[in-house]
Amino acid sequence: MNHGPLIFLGAFFALACSWFGLILKPQMQIGHLQQTNTVGTGATYPLDRAGLARQGAEVYRKNGCVYCHSQQVGQTATVCDVVLAESGTNLPALQATLLKIKPGQTEAGAGELIAKVPQQVLQGVGKAEADAALKALKAAGAKAELWIIPVGPDIARGWGKRRTVAEDFLFDSPVMLGSQRIGPDLANAGARLPVADWQLRHLYDARIEVPGSVMPPYRFLFEKRKVGRFPSPEALILPASFAPAPGYEIVPKPEAKMLAAYLLSLNADAALYETPVTLASAAPAPTNAPSAMATNAATGGTTNAPSATATSAAGTTVTNAPPAAATAATNAPAASATNAVPTSDAAATNATSTNSTPK
Amino acid sequence: MKTAPSETDASCRIPLLALFVSAAVWLVIGSLFAIIASLKFHAPNILADCPFLTYGRVRPVANNCLLYGFCLQSAFGVALWLLARLGGAVFGHSWLVTVGAKLWNLGVTVGVLGILAGDATGFENLELPPYAALILFLGCLMIAVWSLLTFHQRRERQLYVSQWFLLAALFWFPWIYSTANLLLVTFPVRGAAQAVVSWWYSDNLLVVWFGLIGLAAIFYFIPLLTNRELRSRPLALFAFWALLLFGSWGGIPNSAPLPAWIPAISTVGMVLSGFSVLTVALNICGTLDGKWSILWAGPSLRFIGVGLMAFLITGLLNVACSFNPVSQITAFTWFTPAQSYLNVYGFLAMTLFGAIYYILPRLTGLEFPSPRLVRAHFWAATIGILFIVAPLAAGGIVQGFKFRNPNLPFMDILKSTLPFLRASSLGDLFLLVGHLMFLRNLVGMVKEFYRSRALSAYSAATSPLFQTAEVKR
Repeated sequence: MNHGPLIFLGAFFALACSWFGLILKPQMQIGHLQQTNTVGTGATYPLDRAGLARQGAEVYRKNGCVYCHSQQVGQTATVCDVVLAESGTNLPALQATLLKIKPGQTEAGAGELIAKVPQQVLQGVGKAEADAALKALKAAGAKAELWIIPVGPDIARGWGKRRTVAEDFLFDSPVMLGSQRIGPDLANAGARLPVADWQLRHLYDARIEVPGSVMPPYRFLFEKRKVGRFPSPEALILPASFAPAPGYEIVPKPEAKMLAAYLLSLNADAALYETPVTLASAAPAPTNAPSAMATNAATGGTTNAPSATATSAAGTTVTNAPPAAATAATNAPAASATNAVPTSDAAATNATSTNSTPK
Repeated sequence: MKTAPSETDASCRIPLLALFVSAAVWLVIGSLFAIIASLKFHAPNILADCPFLTYGRVRPVANNCLLYGFCLQSAFGVALWLLARLGGAVFGHSWLVTVGAKLWNLGVTVGVLGILAGDATGFENLELPPYAALILFLGCLMIAVWSLLTFHQRRERQLYVSQWFLLAALFWFPWIYSTANLLLVTFPVRGAAQAVVSWWYSDNLLVVWFGLIGLAAIFYFIPLLTNRELRSRPLALFAFWALLLFGSWGGIPNSAPLPAWIPAISTVGMVLSGFSVLTVALNICGTLDGKWSILWAGPSLRFIGVGLMAFLITGLLNVACSFNPVSQITAFTWFTPAQSYLNVYGFLAMTLFGAIYYILPRLTGLEFPSPRLVRAHFWAATIGILFIVAPLAAGGIVQGFKFRNPNLPFMDILKSTLPFLRASSLGDLFLLVGHLMFLRNLVGMVKEFYRSRALSAYSAATSPLFQTAEVKR
């Protein structure tokens, strides 16, 4: 080891190896990803963000939001639900099958289940068990569906419906995945809190909406100005302790509107081939719907639904907020609120597919 | 034919002084910004209405001042000095280094102002905007070329262990820095491939490059200052190749939204590079005959001893955190910054402090104005780093376990980490005090140095003609 050139070449080789393995190869694989189609509806995914939201991503970058917010949801496993869609004609056989495949099923319960189709038969089981149940139900002449439900703490927390994958970031540049969760994950911020007024107030001072938050206020994205002859329609509606002096109003600057548009555009729960998920809004019966809730022991508080009257959300633990149940039960306000952002809209309405299971 | 040490020292004196003093200035600036960032967790409204000082800009500035302002800059200085000293010769043209150092400082200044103005690239550890990156790249290229020529002209043909590490480091940084900037900023690759490049860069900078520089210093100074032979060359050789071949594959977290083979291969690389850490421990243990207390003997040695401990701990933590069951707890928590701080500050910065405290008196031929200040700096830095890393790591573990439980509202988790965060502000304060002492000592020495030079020049100029030859330096 006394030859400089030898060491130089060896070190060069080492770095070249890692360069080929971690730069060139991933670039050949994920650097050449193209838009894909969602499973079930076949909608194109992902769509590029609308202009305002794209500019918002720049505001996000400038102010270093990435140092506190990650944009990646993880999942620990995938479980299956079996849903009886139609009971068919051979009811006695179906009842017998149900007794067999569902542990602890009583005869009366089975009868009730059949009477109320569509109904969930099995929840949170493995793929093999679900397949066996499907086969048995099919043999009994019934129609059954397989739902795929990703589970994990992030998903139970309501931060997303499935894990994020490389496709979700196809149009982002820079890709800001974040490494810390000083604040909540934002991969699905737009789906979770789809109200622009809420976002703007939260940016103006996070403590208006979330008492105890440590998020810095971004008051410099807003303009304090004298109320003219006509108050601005865009002026924030603030609680008394945060409101400006009388005669003044707080109006969002363009940057604030861009950033809010970007946050509203964050939505990564389309069902893709590599991350199969049956979206909860496909639930046939609202009472039985929240299949995602099966894993979500959270004390639901459906009051957290970010409805048009977002002020009602103030004071509650919005950060923990609206789990799948809320959007599933009251799908309407969410869909209407997101129509500012075409991409998320598509995901919400397309979710009514019957079965998004890749075979 | 070997040049005397004092001669090699004298020939690269001015550029090295410039590198070290400006590094110390960046250190102070960086810790001021770190304190501002830390204060935001005490009261989010502090300095909130100034867009330049929002948390998301102050924090990367603090990080970049520490990384590019201090660590890289003084690492260049230490590397140059080691190459010159070990090779027993210096390539003339020290203006190359002087200009390189000036460009580097210009680049960091422009870059920091750029981040404050909102031009950060959005990639962690690579925030300095492209226009600053170009200046930095030119600066480090000039320094690297000079170092390579110095290495080439060495009179001592037998290579010492440290020279392998430095030689690899010479082209490692320009390569990774240009790759990262080209593929992330100039011609950005598509989608999630950007995240891979960014993690690759961070790992190659913080684990491999810092490892190369830090180990070069450790393998040089510990035997030198303890008057012992390095126990085993082959073990050092193994550590070298393991770090290069496997360490360069690490850095991609298990949680990454990427095809599974990428984090998997990264875990393999990280685990294998753990052997490099173990062999360093064995080698130094053998060198000291197991008497670790020897590392307590002098101020330089103490700094380097703490650096070595931090290196071993971070190395093992890196291996542990590359396993999925561990990373599921530590990912996205304060544990990650704690670990990275232990690496950057506990390992590299402490080792560099030790090296600088050894090098500077030999460069200037003067003693430090206040040896007490050196000891005080050691304690301030050691206590500071403990007060930052320990609370953040503990807070991160608490946070990580709480994240696993979806029934806990997010706000409760946040509130449970705040006491830890606030405790770490104390560490930042200690570090700032330590940095001021460091800067004070360096500036004092440089002033003294120039004063004596001026005095001798003056006496040379005013002395009778026939004595000139004797007085002239």
